[in-house]
Amino acid sequence: MTTILSIKDLRKSYEGGFEALKGLTLDIEQGEILALLGPNGAGKTTLISTICGITSATSGNVTVGGHDIQQDFRAARRMIGLVPQEIALEPFETVANTVRFSRGLFGKPKDDARIEEILRKLSLWDKRKNAVKELSGGMKRRVLIAKALAHEPRVLFLDEPTAGVDVELRKDMWEIVAELKQQGVTIILTTHYIEEAEAIADRIGVINNGELLLVEQKATLMAQMGKKQIEVQLAEPLTSIPAALKQHDLTLTEDGGIVYTYDTHGERTGITTLLNDVAQAGLTLRDVQTRQSSLEEIFVTLVSGGKS
Amino acid sequence: MNWTAIAAIYRFEMARFFRTLAQSFFSPVLSTSLYFVVFGTAIGSRIQEVEGVSYGAFIVPGLIMLSVVMLAISNASFGIYFPKFLGTIYELLSAPVNFIEIVIGYVGAAATKALFVGLVILITSMFFVDIRIEHPVAMAAFLVLTCLSFALLGFIIGIWASNFEQMSLIPQLVVTPLIFLGGTFYSISMLPPMWQTITLFNPVVYLISGFRWSFFGTADVPIGLSLLAIAGFTAICLGVIWWIFKTGWRIRS
Repeated sequence: MTTILSIKDLRKSYEGGFEALKGLTLDIEQGEILALLGPNGAGKTTLISTICGITSATSGNVTVGGHDIQQDFRAARRMIGLVPQEIALEPFETVANTVRFSRGLFGKPKDDARIEEILRKLSLWDKRKNAVKELSGGMKRRVLIAKALAHEPRVLFLDEPTAGVDVELRKDMWEIVAELKQQGVTIILTTHYIEEAEAIADRIGVINNGELLLVEQKATLMAQMGKKQIEVQLAEPLTSIPAALKQHDLTLTEDGGIVYTYDTHGERTGITTLLNDVAQAGLTLRDVQTRQSSLEEIFVTLVSGGKS
Repeated sequence: MNWTAIAAIYRFEMARFFRTLAQSFFSPVLSTSLYFVVFGTAIGSRIQEVEGVSYGAFIVPGLIMLSVVMLAISNASFGIYFPKFLGTIYELLSAPVNFIEIVIGYVGAAATKALFVGLVILITSMFFVDIRIEHPVAMAAFLVLTCLSFALLGFIIGIWASNFEQMSLIPQLVVTPLIFLGGTFYSISMLPPMWQTITLFNPVVYLISGFRWSFFGTADVPIGLSLLAIAGFTAICLGVIWWIFKTGWRIRS
């Protein structure tokens, strides 16, 4: 794999001493989808803004496709598309002209066929002659994506792309992201929606207080940190944990069943012993279910400081 | 040079102008006509000639300067302030363009709009008074330079302003008095000697005087000085804009 975006010891401090980025280092491979998760104020938008040139870095280096964002800013920025978090569009201009403007601004020659393709893909073709102010919020967000794609970027930043959008648009966006990935576009998205990261990302980075707490393949992360639970429903509901089962780390469910949490990577899961002890205690099983902890739980654990 | 980007900015800005073309065209025609009715007819009937030129014709260069300067400032300041206000400036800052290209695009468009209005006023004036232009090339050069230099000033104001009120602060409190007191409607030779000296500290005097020279061949101050003044003003504006982009003042955190 080729590294398309390389961030080395990136720092951003504001007047007054607030450090938004504290020496962040990260390599992003070509064609991958990286989801950056983090609470409000974690530094996600600052990171994107710094890479894109909207904010100046205090120190550190960033290269895009081997081009330094300071020394060789033109080549670096030509490769980047940005969909900002806030909807910011010229309200009086038509959709088509707004998108054409973006293409020209990034130095690409006029190409109406390409603009049409983008507008059609984003279901904006019928609205191309409408002024932006006439569009709904969801449509405006599509225009932002169309603008970011107008110059055919190789790296696309989506800053909270689905914040406040309806389910249909969210699904559409996931499809667009998947399609772009197929075309070899690298996508970095920040999100609050953990389900979004879980659904579309290849790798997940967790950022908090300007530091990258972790970056890992999604599957590996889930497997490494994921805990599993087994819920045993009994024919005769319990009111308390029987003495014979006290040695196991159990909790009682509302309907009198028991829940056992175990680490899938532990040498022994303890399930066999548990089930034997349940049988020894004379309890009859009615049903057994297992479930894996979600990314959300992993995220909360990390951000709250429990790295292990 | 990213000429494609410059053209994109220029076209986008000009589109704003074409969307309100009627307003852009009729407003200066109407205001110029009113000036001629008020100053040309009412006052002109009492002042026959100024420096050998009929009063009606004498005020034409001043009128053109008045409108052109105000429009160049307002168009350029609005052009760059509006993206800041809307938040669309993110695109400009993340685009592969440098400050020179941004300035050429925005200032070029603002200057074009002001130039268009200047020409509309000139043509409108021709319906009211006989106008001769002794140095047409110099006239065109002065007009273009004025449009450009004040569009640069407008660009600075647009970046500096953090609300709409501030945008109109400098044009209303500084530029308008300087223009009115800069010999728009009179020759500074008509003032008492002390005021003539004080007036020479007003940079607009040099602008209007030079522009008037291109029409009638007479000037309040030497033409070379006028050219130097406008060149110096342009250089100062360019220097300030260079510093703004170098430091990111008010545009890049």
